[in-house]
Amino acid sequence: MAVYAEGVALLGFIGESAVALAGCIAHPSRMRWRPLLSNIGSAGVNALPIVGLLSFLLGVVVAYQGSGQLRQYGANIFVVDLVGISMLREFAPLITAIIIAGRSGSAYAAQIGTMAVTEEIDAMRTLGIAPLEVLVLPKILALLIVLPLLTVFADLCGVCGGMLMARAQLGVGFEEFFERFTNVVSVTTYLVGIGKAPVFAAIIAVVGCFQGFRTKGGADSVGRQTTRSVVQSSFLVIVADAMFSIAFSALDL
Amino acid sequence: MPDTLLATAPPDAAVIEISKLSTRFGDHVVHADLDFDVRRGEIFAVIGGSGSGKSTLLREMILLHRPDAGSIRVLGVDLGDIDAAATLALRLRWGVMFQHGGLFGSLTILENIGLPLREHRTLDNAVVDALAAEKLALTGLQPEVGAQYPAELSGGMLKRASLARALILDPELLFLDEPTAGLDPESAGGVDQLVRKLRDRGGLTIVMITHDLDLLWQLADRVAVLADGKVQGIGSMAELAQMDQPAIRKFFDGPRGRAAQEQSKSPAAAHQAAAPRAAAPRAAAPQAASIRS
Repeated sequence: MAVYAEGVALLGFIGESAVALAGCIAHPSRMRWRPLLSNIGSAGVNALPIVGLLSFLLGVVVAYQGSGQLRQYGANIFVVDLVGISMLREFAPLITAIIIAGRSGSAYAAQIGTMAVTEEIDAMRTLGIAPLEVLVLPKILALLIVLPLLTVFADLCGVCGGMLMARAQLGVGFEEFFERFTNVVSVTTYLVGIGKAPVFAAIIAVVGCFQGFRTKGGADSVGRQTTRSVVQSSFLVIVADAMFSIAFSALDL
Repeated sequence: MPDTLLATAPPDAAVIEISKLSTRFGDHVVHADLDFDVRRGEIFAVIGGSGSGKSTLLREMILLHRPDAGSIRVLGVDLGDIDAAATLALRLRWGVMFQHGGLFGSLTILENIGLPLREHRTLDNAVVDALAAEKLALTGLQPEVGAQYPAELSGGMLKRASLARALILDPELLFLDEPTAGLDPESAGGVDQLVRKLRDRGGLTIVMITHDLDLLWQLADRVAVLADGKVQGIGSMAELAQMDQPAIRKFFDGPRGRAAQEQSKSPAAAHQAAAPRAAAPRAAAPQAASIRS
């Protein structure tokens, strides 16, 4: 019952955000550029090291796990297929989304939640400033821009990690790796991975902001809603990823 | 349209008209058929125990909460079926001082005060800063406070800064949410004087929610007592003091109630319109400070 009520409230919030977005598109002067840019900075630029490091390590792990099996069959060169396709299609978009859900989604919920507790949201409304325009839209747009870019960066770092491991464990040189990479990894593989990122971005930003606005009462409520935002957005991101897999297999992509 | 209506209205006309207001949270009835008016130019206070719905009432008057039934008219505009443009227009005609200030932590005090001007008027930055500094001075804050962030200020200073922001668009109506709650006696006394100063400038209607008996005796022209979802009594403190309902009596009986009543008879309150009914001989009236927690 509570889940149902929360789902309805979330749908309502998505609707309100969509109306606010439509309003901003119709009147671009209402767009808040400063918070948009600062959100791009905090959610994007500042996340580069952690996203890069983790996807690099993920590439290392995937290549290492594959190397034992591939060596048994003498199919060492297939590590390129393994790393290239799994990273670009699945792991890079997913790990990036999970990191950003933990990093930025939680920050959104905590920021908006704290503002709700300190009456700043109410004050904003009474001053005739729409909280959705100032607090929510810049965050959603920032993540929509930033998450695909971070995913590209994660692709790069992940493949680098896999490449390093392929040479160390399987004796596949960098040149060999590149040659096979360009042959087996298609542009479709790359685009399928990148294409998921905006959907994940929307999920993370909307859930984070939504949970922030649901904060009632005091500091413990801020903590609770922040936790919820991370759990729910991670959950929904993985659900969405599974649905993408089903859709792509039906479409033969 | 509302402006022309108000321009021709008599000075005693109602600024806020509330009729048959009902609010529920689930099964809990907060307001049951509430009725009262706030007149132009008066200081109107709403009092009541915890959970009596006075904060909800304030939220309903400033369009932050929608009542379940009944009507509220503020500055001649019905809040029931108001659209986004009318909401904005109305919000720019009143100011709200929040209990905890409601100042934006990411902006300095001066930026906070000037924010409504930056949002809704096209003015040079220098003009906005000058106007904000003027309101800062009006509320008794030092100019150097303007450069500080809300986290660096004390509770009393936050309330003053919040008041300065509420006044920046020169509103016709001012809402004060617990203006003296959580302040030390000296700061609370300062807020008393500040509210009086604003009232004496004229043209401003002030609605406040408070527990502070001194503030009520010294400043409020009329007071509404809220209990059990209804207005138990309405009138000046002197009139209320003669009423018999238990919900009203508890504000006057009890040591704090009596002390505030005594205090109100001191010369400081002598010019009040709502003067105490009997000028009883005053023997060593307790300090205002001593009855504030």
